[in-house]
Amino acid sequence: MTRRLANAQAVQSLVARLATQISRHNPGVKDLALVGIKRRGVPLAERVAARLNAGRKSKVPVGAIDITLYRDDLQMVAETPIVRGTEISFDISGKTIVLVDDVVFTGRTIRAALSALLDFGRPRAIQLAVLVDRGHRELPIQPDFAGKKVVTRRDDLVDIFLKETDGRDEVVLTRVGQSQRPKAKSQKPK
Amino acid sequence: MTLRSRHLLGIEGLDRSEILTILGQARTFREVLDRAIPIVPALRGRTVVNLFFEASTRTSTSFNLAASRLSCQCVNFSKATSSVSKGETLLDTARNIEAMGVDGIIIRHPAAGAPHFLARNVKAFVVNAGDGAHEHPTQALLDAFTLREKLGDLEGKRILIVGDIAHSRVARSNLLCFTKLGAKVAVCGPPTMIPPYVEDYGCEVFYRLDRILGEVDVVNMLRVQQERITASSFPTVREYRALYGLTAARLRKLAPEVVITHPGPVNWGVEMDFDVADFSQTLILPQVTNGVAVRMAVLFLLAGGEHPEG
Repeated sequence: MTRRLANAQAVQSLVARLATQISRHNPGVKDLALVGIKRRGVPLAERVAARLNAGRKSKVPVGAIDITLYRDDLQMVAETPIVRGTEISFDISGKTIVLVDDVVFTGRTIRAALSALLDFGRPRAIQLAVLVDRGHRELPIQPDFAGKKVVTRRDDLVDIFLKETDGRDEVVLTRVGQSQRPKAKSQKPK
Repeated sequence: MTLRSRHLLGIEGLDRSEILTILGQARTFREVLDRAIPIVPALRGRTVVNLFFEASTRTSTSFNLAASRLSCQCVNFSKATSSVSKGETLLDTARNIEAMGVDGIIIRHPAAGAPHFLARNVKAFVVNAGDGAHEHPTQALLDAFTLREKLGDLEGKRILIVGDIAHSRVARSNLLCFTKLGAKVAVCGPPTMIPPYVEDYGCEVFYRLDRILGEVDVVNMLRVQQERITASSFPTVREYRALYGLTAARLRKLAPEVVITHPGPVNWGVEMDFDVADFSQTLILPQVTNGVAVRMAVLFLLAGGEHPEG
C-alpha cells in the first residue's frame, strides 16, 4: 500500500517552511552555511539556500557531505558501498552549519554526518533541517527544523523524490504487509 | 561496481571497469587527505600487516599511512628482524600472523607469485605490493591516477616507458594498466633489457630514445635496479645515461606539455638528470601523494564490507 504524503506543490511549501524556520532562528542568516547530506540532502540544501539568498547581497555557502566512510554498519554490509565524495569549499570553523537531509529516521546518518563534519573544522553550532521527520530514532538526535512530521511504522518506507535526482517532486509512504515484507530491500538507516 | 576478487594480486586480473572503480574511489580519498583532519573511521577495528621481504620506504610508508587514514591498524613486519632469518617459511610466517587476527596482508616479496601463493593459503585478503619482476599493481594504479588528474582520459594518449623493461614489475603493471585504459604504449631500453615477445602486450618497441621521445605525451622513466641486473645486460652507467637517460639536454628538447613520471627512488644522474626534478611537468611528488589515496581506495574496497565468498 502506498500513500502520497506530499505532491510537487507541497514539497515546495515544505522547503519554504524550512527556509522560514531557519532564517527566523538565525537572524540575518549571519555566518550561516548549509551542508546537504548526499544524495538528496544536497539539492534540498541548494533550494533552501536559494530562498535564504533571495533579496540578500551575501550568499549562504552550500556544501555537500558523503557519510559512507562514517557509517557504523560498514562491517555488516554485504558489498562495499561506493563513496561519492564530499565537497565543502569553505571553512566551517566559527560558522553555524545547518545540516540538510531529506528524511530523519533512526538518526544514524545524522550521527555519521556530525562526525564527518567535525573533521573539517570546529563550527560554532550545528543545526539539523529535514524535509520529513518519520520518527523511530535510535540515537538521541532531533531535528531543529522539520518540514513535516509523519507517524510511521518501523518498517514503512518513506521515499522522497526530487526533481534534481529523480525527475519529480514527491513524498511517498509505502506500507509493507507483514507477510510480504521484502528482506533484501532493506532501507538504509536514516 | 566493486571488485570481483577479494585480493589485489596484479593489474592482469583487473578489467577496465574495475581499474576505473579503484581510480574513482581514489579521487574521493584524495579529497580526504586535504581535510583539516585527514582521517576517516571507515575501517575502524580492522587490522592489516605490511609483510615486506624487500627494502622499501615509499611503498610500505604509503600503505601504512593509507591504513592509518582509514582508521585501520597496520602492523609492520620486516624480514631483517623477524624469524625469517631463522628459516621460517613464507607460509608459516603468514599463517602465524594471520592467527593473530589480521584482516589483510600487504606483501612485497622478491619471488614472483608469492602474493598469489599466499592468497591461496590464507583467509585474509592479500595485496601485492611488488613481487619480484612480476607486478606492482598499486604503482600502476597510482601512475594512472596521477596521469588522469593531469591529462584526463588516457584513451589514445601516447605513453613511453623507458628503462629496464625486462626486470621491472612497474613496467609490466604499467604496461597492462595503461593499455587497458586505452593508451598507446611504447617501451624503450637497451636490447638486453627488452624482454622477448613484449609486443604481445600490445606495445611498440624502440631501442633509440631520441627517435621516439619527440612523439609522446608521457615519459614514464624506470629506476635502474642495480640489485636486479647483471653485468652482461647493463653497459656502464655513463653509456646508459648517454643512450637512455633523461638528461638536461633531452629535457630541453621535450615539448613543454610532455609529463614525466618515475616510480622512485630516482638514481639522479643515471636514468634522469637532477634538472628533471625542477621541471614543472615532473609528477614524481604528486605520484607519491596520490599513492596514499590510491592505496586507501584499494584497502577500502577489499576490507570494507563482508566478502560472502569467505
